[in-house]
Formats: sequence, structure tokens, C-alpha cells
Amino acid sequence: MTTSLLTTDARTKKRNAAEKRFKAYGLGAICIAMVSLVFLLGSVLSSGLGAFQQTYIALDVQLPEARLDKSGTRDLEVMSKVTTIGYAPILRDALVAQVAALGLTTDLSDKDVGKMISKEAAATVRNRVLANPELVGTTVRFDLLASGRIDGYFKGRVTAESAALDQNTSPEALVLAQELKDAGVIETKFNWNFFVLPDASDQRPEAAGLGVAILGSLYMMAVVLCLALPIGVASSIYLEEFAPRNRWTDLIEVNISNLAAVPSIVFGILGLAIFINFMELNQSSPLVGGLVLTLMTLPTIIISTRAALKSVPPSIRDAALGVGASKMQSVFHHVLPLAAPGILTGTIIGLAQALGETAPLLLIGMVAFVREYPAAYTSESGLFGEAATALPVQVYNWTQRSDPAFFERAFAAVITLLVFLLIMNAVAIYLRRKFERRW
Amino acid sequence: MQDNKITARNVQVYYGDNQAIKDVNVDIADKTVTAFIGPSGCGKSTFLRCLNRMNDTIDICRVEGDIRIDGEDIYDPKVDPVQLRAKVGMVFQKPNPFPKSIYDNVAYGPKIHGLARNKAELDEIVEKSLRKAALWNEAKDRLAAPGTGLSGGQQQRLCIARAIATSPEVLLMDEPCSALDPIATAQVEELIDELRQSFSVVIVTHSMQQAARVSQKTAFFHLGNLVEYDETDKIFTNPEDPRTESYISGRIG
Repeated sequence: MTTSLLTTDARTKKRNAAEKRFKAYGLGAICIAMVSLVFLLGSVLSSGLGAFQQTYIALDVQLPEARLDKSGTRDLEVMSKVTTIGYAPILRDALVAQVAALGLTTDLSDKDVGKMISKEAAATVRNRVLANPELVGTTVRFDLLASGRIDGYFKGRVTAESAALDQNTSPEALVLAQELKDAGVIETKFNWNFFVLPDASDQRPEAAGLGVAILGSLYMMAVVLCLALPIGVASSIYLEEFAPRNRWTDLIEVNISNLAAVPSIVFGILGLAIFINFMELNQSSPLVGGLVLTLMTLPTIIISTRAALKSVPPSIRDAALGVGASKMQSVFHHVLPLAAPGILTGTIIGLAQALGETAPLLLIGMVAFVREYPAAYTSESGLFGEAATALPVQVYNWTQRSDPAFFERAFAAVITLLVFLLIMNAVAIYLRRKFERRW
Repeated sequence: MQDNKITARNVQVYYGDNQAIKDVNVDIADKTVTAFIGPSGCGKSTFLRCLNRMNDTIDICRVEGDIRIDGEDIYDPKVDPVQLRAKVGMVFQKPNPFPKSIYDNVAYGPKIHGLARNKAELDEIVEKSLRKAALWNEAKDRLAAPGTGLSGGQQQRLCIARAIATSPEVLLMDEPCSALDPIATAQVEELIDELRQSFSVVIVTHSMQQAARVSQKTAFFHLGNLVEYDETDKIFTNPEDPRTESYISGRIG
């Protein structure tokens, strides 16, 4: 008796059910991955986006000659004797006057009103005055940083309840801040300074920026690119195309694969021992950071370059040799151009990995608090020799601080880092598409 | 009697411990088409690749014996294989144009060997080679188009044009038609017949009909031995060795 095709037999049913189950597992796995990704991005964005806005107080500040330039000759040497401590009361008075002018009443003492202005503001004004002594004696409009607490209030980080327990602010100050905002004196703007300013001390999170970290990361990437790409590509070409197959090349191959799996902190210790202790390069410098990251990136680049070279069909090599090209000509004229997209992608992925690497940098001292831009061109130790920090290390550094404003900035730094990585990956995809050729 | 272009004496080829070619002696005449036939794995391609030292690229391959082109030992340590390959061109089984333009494909050989002093000369070489390979009429309007965009038969003719652009003296062809349809095959065969005017052509083929059509001399290989080597007519009508007869009548292989 033959079975009808219209009824499914038991075996087929079982097979179909198994297939359905497998599809469901796959779909479930994808869903879990997507949900985690969305959750991750959501939490990073919600915690960090605030730092891209910053609260400023617009004030007309009188710069009295009597206090800022006692000599009256605009002599910079005399003027620079007035420290930020001398400037702070001027700003406080300006804010108090502004509050009075708007007819706002508050129980706050003048000193507490002054606390609404960031400690950094005095330095900003002082720098402006020293750069342009003619300002003394005039009234100048400044956009001054509001203190971290006031900034936090407008971002929802600080509330009346938390302010009541806080030495640095009070619920009354928040009320006044809200009134000033309604009057247009306080405003919240996009925070370009976040990408420009260097790090700031624990007391003034509102002034902390990623400037030095971005510069340090860029310098390190430059070092990595200039060293790892040529060394990596040259060694892959040698190993893949020229080296005889014997025990030594096998050994080298195995070791390169092993190096790719070595924890990055080991490279940090190596860098500490070789570059800082033995070669006596500067601690915390992008040069040392770049060298360590180069060591770490090399295996990645070598492995991906070799894979790219391997994927070039041997018929192309035969064709080149067949018309009488030398081994080197066949590699450089034919194999390398075809492998270029793969090499580029590998390199950029290696760079992206290096950009996000933290552990080895901690060991070579890049975790230091860097308040100043590296004095690149004037420095004896050269463009890459001055102390700097790096993006992921800055994140680590900021999460260690107690003020929640730094926490917010750490997440903003994470967003910045992710944006850099996205850009690099986009470039990798673009280059791949552009140079990919079919054969 | 024509001059012998290539003489091979007692050639042995080993892949590691395996002997792929045993004691082959063969004389290949100038300006003739010589076909190598035989079942798969009989060593005919291996022997062909000995003639321009393409086997050098295989690490475990070892060649012994004496192969001379124009009386010169090509395995002499003084011989640079690169120079040899300019003299002995090769066309492969699968069409393998470079992923570059048609023009660049043909011009590559002359460029690296410095055969053209200027662009005009190079243009001339490219045109001449494409004409010889019967591709000029189809390709002249699209020289800048990628060679990989051509059809299979055109690609193979492009590879032939590329091989003859360096003006070799011997042209080795390793089953040049195995990836082609009958029409493209016919074109390539016609081409091989014309190329005989200027080169000595050695062709490896699986198709006995093809060997009969294009060659003047045929060598039959079996299990690494050169069983019989004679005029093509004689091999196909009156072979001396029983193995040759079995093969051409379809009983082995």
C-alpha cells in the first residue's frame, strides 16, 4: 500500500517540528541580543546625553581697576599677581547685582549666591583679562559656567531633597536658579567645551572635558597606524608568500595566533618594563601608549592580512608567474591589490580595538590626572612625548570620582568613544565596498 | 626533419615520496603543435609545468633529469625562472585574467619585461596580441573594460593574448578548453592552429578528438610513464602500444 502525499507521515512531522524548534531558538537568541543592545544603548544614552548640554550664567561683569590692576599700568606681571581668589568676589557681586536688578528676593547670603557660579568661572575671566588687559575698568558680558549642582538641577540630577542634604547648594539656591532661568539669565546650551577642555579637578566637574583624552587617543592611533600597518603587512606578506614552510615558520605562526589571545594587561606590563624602565621614555606619553598598543594590534593585523592574502585565488599568482613576473611582482602587482580591502578592514578593526583598550594604558601611567594640554611643539620630549590621557582611561578615571556629575560625563565619554568606533567601522565598510573587486 | 625546440631526457618528478613522472624522454619540434594525452593523474600536466618551471612554486615538488630548450639546460642553477617564463608562455586550464582592464591584462607582460619603449609601441603590442588571439574585433571598443567581464571563451582568448604578448618561443597550454563550450573551443582550436606559425605549442588535453584535430605530434602518458610518442595520425590510427590502443578506443582512462 502506498501512502498519500496529502498526509504527512510521522518522520516528516518530527523533522519539521525539529526545524521549527531550531528556527525558534535562533530567533530567540537574536531577540535576546537585540534587547540587550537596546538596553545598553538606552542606558548609556540616558546617563550620558546630559553632559552634552551645559548650564551657563550670562552676566555683565564690571572689572574694577582697583582690584585687578593696582598699578594702573596694565603691567601683566602685576596683574597676574591677582589670583582667581581675587576674581571670585567680583563675579559673586555681579550675580548679586543681577538678582537685585531683576527684583528677585532670596534668603540666601551673598556667599551662597556666589556658590551658584562654578569655581572655574573665575579662571575663565582671569584668563580673558590677562589675554586682553584693556578689558580692565570696563563692563564685559561673560557666559559663566554655572556650578555643577545648578547644572545638575536643570538636568534632573539634583532635586530639592538632595540639595537640602548638600553643603554646596540649598533648595533656596535651586529656586533662585529657576527664577534666573525664567528671566533668561541662566541658559543651557550645547557643550562644545566638552570636546575641547582638559580634565578638571574633583571640585569642578562642570569644567571637565575630553580634549586631552581625544588628542591623546588620536596621537596613539597615529603611532599605531604608522608602526603596526607596515610591520604587520610586511611580516604577513613574508610569512604567506615567501617564507619556506618548515618548523620555524610553523612555530612563528602558532606564536602569532597565541599573541592575539594574550590578555592586554600583559602587554601593559611588557610596555612598562621595556619602554619606560629600560628605554626610559616618558610615562603617560602617547608615544609609549602607542607602542604598547602597536604590540597588541600587530597579531590582529597579521592574522587578518594573512587571511586576506590566502583568499586571493592561486590562479592569479599562476597567471602572473606564467607571464614571467617575479615573485615580488606577482605579490605587489596582483595579490596585494586584491587583498587590500581585507587588509584595510583588519587594520581598522585592530585600530578600533586599540582605541578602546584601557588595561595596558593604566600600567604605563596614562591614568594620571592631566590638567594641561601636552605642550606639543615646544616640548623637548617631542610631539608624542608629553603626558596625555586616552578616551577609555578618561572614562575609567571619571567613574572613580565621587561627584555624580563626573559619572554623567563618563557616560558622555563612552558615547564619544562609541561614535569614534562607529565612524571607524563605517570607514572600514566603505573602503571594503570601494576596493572590492570580483574575479 | 625539423629542429627540436625542447629535449627532455630521463625526467623524473617527485611530489614528496610519490613519483609522478617516471623516466620521460621526449623531443618537441619547433613550430608544431604537440599534444599530451592520457587519463587523469597520469602526469601530463605535471610534465608540462616542468617545461617552464612552474613546479618550482610547489615546495614538495622535485624534478630530476635533463630538460633543454634550444640546447640550454633550464634547470641549470644559473637560469632565472622568471627569464625562462618570458620565453615559455603558459595558458592555464581555467581562464584566469587579472581583475584589471583588457588592455592592462595584455600589456602587463610587455611592461614588466620592458618590451615597449613607449605607449605607442605598447598599444601596438596589445593590438597585435589581441588580433593573434582573435579577440581584437570583440574587444577593441572596450579595452578599458575589466577582463573578468568577458565570457568564458573570450577570457581564455584574452589569456592567450596575454601569454603571446611577451613574444614567447614556446606556448604551453594546460587543458585550455576544458572550461569552454564547443563554440568557444572551436575558436580556440582554430587559434592554436594559427599560433603554430610562430610558436612551438604544447597542449595538454583530455579530449582525444581535440588532440587529433589540432596536433601534429601526440604523446600518450599513463601512470607517469610516457607510453608512446609519435605522429598524431599514427597514434590514432595505428598505435604500437596496446595501452595506447585501449585508451584511444575508450577501454581505459
